[in-house]
Amino acid sequence: MSRIDLSVNLCNIQLTNPTILASGILGTTKALLKRVGENGAGAVTIKSISREPREGHKNPTVIAFEAGMLNAVGYSNPGVEAAAREFANLEDVRKPVIASVVGTQKDDFVRVVEGLSALKFSAIEIPLSCPHTPGFGLLAGQGTPQATFEITSAIRRITRLPVFVKVSPNIPEICSIAKAAEDAGADAITAVNSMGPGMCINIEARKPILSFKVGGVTGDALRPIALRCVYDIYKAVKIPIIGVGGISTGRHALEMIMAGASAVGIGTGVYYRGIDIFQKVCEEMSQWMQENGVNNIKSIIGAAHD
Amino acid sequence: MIEQPMMVKICDIWGESPGVKTFFFESQLRFDPGQFVMVWIPLLDEKPFTISYIQDGCIGISVLKRGVFTTALHNKKTGDTIGIRGPYGRGFDLKTNSDVCVVGGGIGMASLTTVVERLKRVTVIQGARTLTELLYQKRFKDMHVCTDDGSAGLKGTAVDLFANFLVKQQFRKVYTCGPERMMVRVVELCKKYAVECEVSLERYMKCGFGVCGQCDCSGKLVCKDGPVFDLQELDMMGDFGKMIIRKTGERVPLNGSVH
Ligand SMILES: Cc1cc2nc3c(=O)[nH]c(=O)nc-3n(C[C@H](O)[C@H](O)[C@H](O)COP(=O)(O)OP(=O)(O)OC[C@H]3O[C@@H](n4cnc5c(N)ncnc54)[C@H](O)[C@@H]3O)c2cc1C
Ligand SMILES: Cc1cc2nc3c(=O)[nH]c(=O)nc-3n(C[C@H](O)[C@H](O)[C@H](O)COP(=O)(O)O)c2cc1C
Ligand code: FES
Repeated sequence: MSRIDLSVNLCNIQLTNPTILASGILGTTKALLKRVGENGAGAVTIKSISREPREGHKNPTVIAFEAGMLNAVGYSNPGVEAAAREFANLEDVRKPVIASVVGTQKDDFVRVVEGLSALKFSAIEIPLSCPHTPGFGLLAGQGTPQATFEITSAIRRITRLPVFVKVSPNIPEICSIAKAAEDAGADAITAVNSMGPGMCINIEARKPILSFKVGGVTGDALRPIALRCVYDIYKAVKIPIIGVGGISTGRHALEMIMAGASAVGIGTGVYYRGIDIFQKVCEEMSQWMQENGVNNIKSIIGAAHD
Repeated sequence: MIEQPMMVKICDIWGESPGVKTFFFESQLRFDPGQFVMVWIPLLDEKPFTISYIQDGCIGISVLKRGVFTTALHNKKTGDTIGIRGPYGRGFDLKTNSDVCVVGGGIGMASLTTVVERLKRVTVIQGARTLTELLYQKRFKDMHVCTDDGSAGLKGTAVDLFANFLVKQQFRKVYTCGPERMMVRVVELCKKYAVECEVSLERYMKCGFGVCGQCDCSGKLVCKDGPVFDLQELDMMGDFGKMIIRKTGERVPLNGSVH
């Protein structure tokens, strides 16, 4: 039996395998990040941090439906000061940890990145793409090539860490956003954030279920769209891509990698298959590779392209 | 388990004490003692409550009036509807089902009622601030009670009363739910007397199904891994009795919080 090599090098971060915990799922505390790492994730991402503390939207904030999940958590987070306390001594996690940073304006991003700069994060991810939180992401006009360029450049100037720009599947010209990020010095593109927003209505109550009424669509429903986004971005930029959206099996992860992703984010899959989904996905990838004579995961990145 | 809230009609409401009402509704869902539901009032909010009555085709939740949501629930009338989703969480392990002790403090007693009904030779201890706040007195006739002001039973806390029992009686297992500081002391006593114990914890909850990370307690998800934990698990949970997580996600000391 030949040895299967799942390791990847993502912007000089050594990952034992390409699975990464996506931002906003379980990433609230260091203890949970550690647990996700122990369950096989190659790297983990914290829940997005803003400058000031935020309580987020009222419940219901997350709801499952037949083909995925709908969420409008509203970026609840303790703010950069408390986050810096929570994520001190990150070496305890024993896997690379990615900081997710959000802001309503350029200056906020800069302040948060500075506030976290003494900690041992391996990369900074900036989602410019949340579809359901007023003042942030798409609802703050951050989903244009120009805003992407400006915010990315500002962060590029103040950190040596790799910068990942997380993009929205909603935007038809997604490639020009990715290109703007690359031009501004981003080291990777995370594609994609949740899609929509969408809505679920309880017909007996005759009301939308989420308190914010609408929320980002994730999980199975997002997968084909996320795949197409990654496929297109792969052609448009040279920097690596972290493919996220609807991955819950090894086959899904391999699809994403063949579309052009160097690593894959997993969020909603935790709901479908439990915290050990990372281990399961890796085992399933290894098994497929074994059966199909692929020894090295790196050799099939972008394999679906002509 | 149902993933989205299902609207159910409140078929009966009982006053358990001046601050606590039990709401009954028809439901075919199966619950284990210690599991909870997320209760939804459309346009308002959604919060967790333990099932305190499990009967054929009908379940009940006992609700202490505290803030906006529980006040809105208390204003509901028979025939009104609320949304529920669940059952969620891992309830009590009732394999040790006889010669056991149940220690409840305040509204924590609600999580233990269905446990008591599944057990044999069970000593039930309930602590409350005062006589009128004691719950389920008709339901559990030989319950041992205590009050902070001495208006009923022993003057003292449930921990004091429990300690008295431990001196004279051997239990095979202890089940407890109540203020976290009370449970910390129950756990200490159980360790001292080498008795197995399970506690039911509370943490602020959002999703209720193990995705958002809001209810973390030292890497355990109270909504999914818990809310019930045993002594071995608690030993690994440094935040038990010490830290809670606010709605913002900030981890803060338990001191002064209402838990
Ligand atoms: C697993 C579990 C089971 C519970 N079972 C019961 C029960 O059987 N009976 C009962 O009366 N109460 C129970 N509670 C507590 C109940 O959820 C809160 O009392 C209720 O949410 C208060 O809402 P409020 O708007 O009235 O008060 P608020 O003023 O909003 O809150 C008062 C306190 O309630 C707690 N709380 C508020 N929102 C939440 C939330 N989303 N998740 C968890 N805690 C919250 C916090 O400690 C807060 O300080 C349970 C909690 C948990 C976690
Ligand atoms: C409950 C929930 C919370 C999320 N919170 C964030 C967040 O804070 N920041 C962010 O960049 N993305 C957030 N996302 C988006 C995910 O990181 C991910 O991009 C998306 O869910 C698609 O992947 P999936 O289908 O594997 O879940 C959240 C998603 C969910 C389901
Ligand atoms: S409440 Fe969301 S993980 Fe427990």
